Amino acid sequence: MTHPVLELRNVNKSFGPIDVLHDISLKINAGEVLCLLGDNGAGKSTLIKTLAGVHKPTSGEMFMDGKPVLFDKPKDAAEQGIATVHQFGGTFPLMSIGRSFFVGVEPVKKIGPFRIFDRKTANETAVKAVREFGITRIDDGDRLIGGLSGGERQSLAIARAVHFGARVLILDEPTAALGVKQSSHVLRIILEARKRGIAVIFITHQVTHAMAVGDHFAVLIRGAVAANFMRGEKTREEITDLMAGGEALASLDAEVEDYMETHDGHAPQPQPQPKAEPVA
Amino acid sequence: MNNAVLSQVLRRPEAGSFLSLVAVALFFVIFGGVNLGTLATTASWVNFAANLGIVAIPMGLLMIAGELDISIGAMIPAGSMSVAILSGHYGLPIWIGMAGALGLGVLVGLVNGLLAVRTTVPTLIITLGTLVAMQGIVLSASVLLTGSASVAVEAPAWAKFLFGHLIGGSYQVIILWWLGMTALFIGILHHSARGNWIFAMGGDKVSARNAGIPTDRMLIGLFILSAVSASFVGMCGAILFNSAQVSGGMNYIFNAVVAVVVGGVLLTGGFGSIGGIFLGTVTFAIVSQGIYFTDIDRNWSSLIIGVMLLLAVLMNNVFRKLALTAPSAKSAKK
Repeated sequence: MTHPVLELRNVNKSFGPIDVLHDISLKINAGEVLCLLGDNGAGKSTLIKTLAGVHKPTSGEMFMDGKPVLFDKPKDAAEQGIATVHQFGGTFPLMSIGRSFFVGVEPVKKIGPFRIFDRKTANETAVKAVREFGITRIDDGDRLIGGLSGGERQSLAIARAVHFGARVLILDEPTAALGVKQSSHVLRIILEARKRGIAVIFITHQVTHAMAVGDHFAVLIRGAVAANFMRGEKTREEITDLMAGGEALASLDAEVEDYMETHDGHAPQPQPQPKAEPVA
Repeated sequence: MNNAVLSQVLRRPEAGSFLSLVAVALFFVIFGGVNLGTLATTASWVNFAANLGIVAIPMGLLMIAGELDISIGAMIPAGSMSVAILSGHYGLPIWIGMAGALGLGVLVGLVNGLLAVRTTVPTLIITLGTLVAMQGIVLSASVLLTGSASVAVEAPAWAKFLFGHLIGGSYQVIILWWLGMTALFIGILHHSARGNWIFAMGGDKVSARNAGIPTDRMLIGLFILSAVSASFVGMCGAILFNSAQVSGGMNYIFNAVVAVVVGGVLLTGGFGSIGGIFLGTVTFAIVSQGIYFTDIDRNWSSLIIGVMLLLAVLMNNVFRKLALTAPSAKSAKK
């Protein structure tokens, strides 16, 4: 039997007296999309930071290809092929596509005694990499990242991670800030990455997006894995229930009402109010 | 096609500074009755630009990397006093004085850099601290060691030739150093991997570090470059004028910031160019020195500089937006 690309066994993480992750055990295989679902504050960020080497687990073990690994810093995780793409993708809005694609690993050519940044190669490679992922609107490596749409930036960041040999791709809420069309672009790219045998960890709280691409789902509640199931084992409603706190539908209704009441108190947007009242 | 070419030009960070330079030159010609040929070959603003330019380049690099160094205001007199005290007052060989001046620059740059990477204090505050502290040290050391705030120094011919003689009787040799430095840093910032790192640091330091860039080492290096460059300007001044004073240098802080910002560098980092800094420096020097050659009363120069700064920054903002939205050259051709 082949080993999972990445495996966590009984990982705990606490910051001082505060326990953030409890006894997390997860496996992810190559060519599989693991959707990590959970409400805000469920410990998703801490979990991915632990995977990416930003935090060290307080206890528990991590394995890659069946071998125990310990990351002291993000670079260690990156060298093992774990890449994280954050919500806004490209983080250097005023850099060109070619330049930002190769930050830290710039291609150089030798001209006499000098080692010159090879802009042409950088641009061509970057554009080719992102076009292979189906984003054909990007054709000029000199364009600035800030001029791309949110979905294009995400796609570029994912293409970049894959180009540099990511085996585990951690996507931190890639669709959270995007519209419907842009989101579907990103979801398609997740599927493309899966097709290439990359293990994708897709963090989201949009169940629809998770259902569209996920093979394997884990729901985090208060730092613990509340549910761990495969595609098709649960319905959309069941997953939503789980994310909302692991309660049954009946009590969820009550929760929704509670939420609306407290929400009315703050009432930041006037729009939901008229809609909420006739329902209540 | 024309649009594409125009957008390519406007996309460059130098666009604003180039237009500023043209505008200032036109203004002087139209309202000042100045002869452009005379103005272009006038030593006074070129000398001024060279001294300013040598501190403006590292200032610009730091700004692109998202930081500031205002301690240069104290490092210029510190550099000239070091060489004057060591080689003038104590009569040591000139190379010891020069090594002392540049070594002091390395030391102060190291302190700035270490404080910047080890603490979360903004570098404006850190270098404000070292600025004031260095002023105190330079004044105290000068009075304590020499009993005076002004020290004479006589440099041998080779040192004069390299750092402090006048070419053709009026052009300071430091102009060549400035031009050389500009060429060197165009190569480093725009055509080397390290240059890319500087942009990445200014864009997002955390991502840059995660991408494997040694951000701490780069930042310390940039602060050392800045302090050493300021010290170098002071040292050249002392060798040229055969004396050094503890005062002076404060003007350089603001002048350098204006030159860099007019040159299209984004104050918050991540965007800019050496060519722009060069043009910004030239523009600043022409306004502040070239005004003597016009019919305009020179008291107006600060007003012109202030207005120019605001206009240039506004223009740069517009151009940056254009750069973000403008269609690329390739797609426009289709």
